[in-house]
Amino acid sequence: MIKNISNLGDAALYCDFGTEVNKEINRNVINYFNNLRDSNFLGITNITPSYNKLVISFDLKITSFAKLKKQVENLELKKKNNSKNNLIKIPVCCTEEFALDIKRLQKLLKINEAKIYETFFSKNYYCYMTGFIAGMPFLGDMDKSLFAKRLETPRVKVPKNSIGITEQFCNIYTFESPGGWNIIGKTPVDIFDNKKNTEPNLINPGDTISFYPISKLEYEKKYE
Amino acid sequence: MKKNMNKNYFEVLRSGINSTFQDNGRNNFYHIGIPFSGAMDNRNFLLANTISNNKINNPVLEFAYQGPKLKYIGENISINVTGDVNFKIIRKNKNLEFSCYENIVLEYNDCLDILSTNRSVYGYLSIGGTFDVDYYLNSCSTNTKAKIGANSGEKLEKGQIIKLKNIKKILPKNKIEYLNSKIENIRIIKGPHFDYFSKDAIDSFFSNEFNVTKLSDRMGIRLKGPKINNIKNTNIKSEGLVKGVIQITADGDPIIMLSDHGTIGGYPKIGVVISADYDKLVQIPPGSKIKFKEINLKDAETIFKLYEMETQNLISNIK
Repeated sequence: MIKNISNLGDAALYCDFGTEVNKEINRNVINYFNNLRDSNFLGITNITPSYNKLVISFDLKITSFAKLKKQVENLELKKKNNSKNNLIKIPVCCTEEFALDIKRLQKLLKINEAKIYETFFSKNYYCYMTGFIAGMPFLGDMDKSLFAKRLETPRVKVPKNSIGITEQFCNIYTFESPGGWNIIGKTPVDIFDNKKNTEPNLINPGDTISFYPISKLEYEKKYE
Repeated sequence: MKKNMNKNYFEVLRSGINSTFQDNGRNNFYHIGIPFSGAMDNRNFLLANTISNNKINNPVLEFAYQGPKLKYIGENISINVTGDVNFKIIRKNKNLEFSCYENIVLEYNDCLDILSTNRSVYGYLSIGGTFDVDYYLNSCSTNTKAKIGANSGEKLEKGQIIKLKNIKKILPKNKIEYLNSKIENIRIIKGPHFDYFSKDAIDSFFSNEFNVTKLSDRMGIRLKGPKINNIKNTNIKSEGLVKGVIQITADGDPIIMLSDHGTIGGYPKIGVVISADYDKLVQIPPGSKIKFKEINLKDAETIFKLYEMETQNLISNIK
């Protein structure tokens, strides 16, 4: 449930679901998100779910903080579980040229490369949120043995489709972008397809992701 | 009858610094990481389409600092420029000067040279007709980061052609008397992490001026001034942002989120710029100084109503 609703400026609601990062809280956030998407509350322009917050922005010409707050507080949650949410399998090529930080990680975590990948590929990951750059999924949780700090100096350019890990999370760089996560491979699959006019993003908040390794040859084939 | 379709076009002789097609923006895609975008200065966008007798969400060409130089090929067309903009039309080797906020006629082979925005950032070009551009997710707004919207998500480039359609008959002057006033005091509402900062830091934040740095664009304005010291945590768990949010980075510098901002962020939010001051905020050029003033939500809502009334007054006083 929402613990508190405050205003974020004069044209957004800031809904607080707690301070921890866990699936239970996040499922709550996403449940509200899905129900709000189906609501017909006037004036909502954007709804942004994150780990434990939900930001609802609105058009101040149409509604106001007080009015929308009341509507959200009285929102009847019809959808109980996220039936839409899927299991998505993402191929990853971990050849040296793509795994930019694997050497650093071996030293940092004191585990060899094979074990790092074995651990990484053995788990399913939950999508807490997407964003920052278009379509970028924030996935978790990593196995504790793979918790690693960000790079001290972020890269100016992380190649598009790189898989990065940091602390309890992993993500996929949907565009070439600056970034400080530890890069362990690259997928040939476009996670955000800007040619698609409906649902351009492959991964949505609440989805489950599993990664599987592919060879360089398979990577090149998938790229064709 | 769609006669002469696409026979009217601009050839881009100079692209300008950051020239993009924009409309009202893209709603309801923050959750997949796509920001609102849209014209930065909403009032000047609205006035541009109003003078052109266009629908209010018609695409316009937005430019920053130095605008484009465009050669026009086609039947006579009404155009107007809004903002605080210095521009001229070159007709048969003669330089003709015009004012902003009124329709002027472009003739075959005319060259529209948008030289500069004066002590401001953004200006708009609207036509009596429609720029024939691509739409993506219900908006033509160009987002150069996600490479979506008009012009394949790119800025204008030298040498390209801009096709026009639905050209209207020559329009009346539709002049609007408007002066872009400048502001240095930006009014803000306290953000959710106000208590992450010491009393001294808050005092310093409101009593000092900040410099608008060159690292400012459609995504955000970076400020330099006294460091705003954080007493709790320089990082938070990433969460949703909206335009106008002021984040304090780990270095203690404020960043103000603008229309193309990243949809989520992990720095504490000290405040949010009120909606009524947004159009003026985006027009503050690098090298200027700004100062923040705190107001409450109720006042912000009242000021916004007044701002809207003022815009409507401008529109109804069109001549």
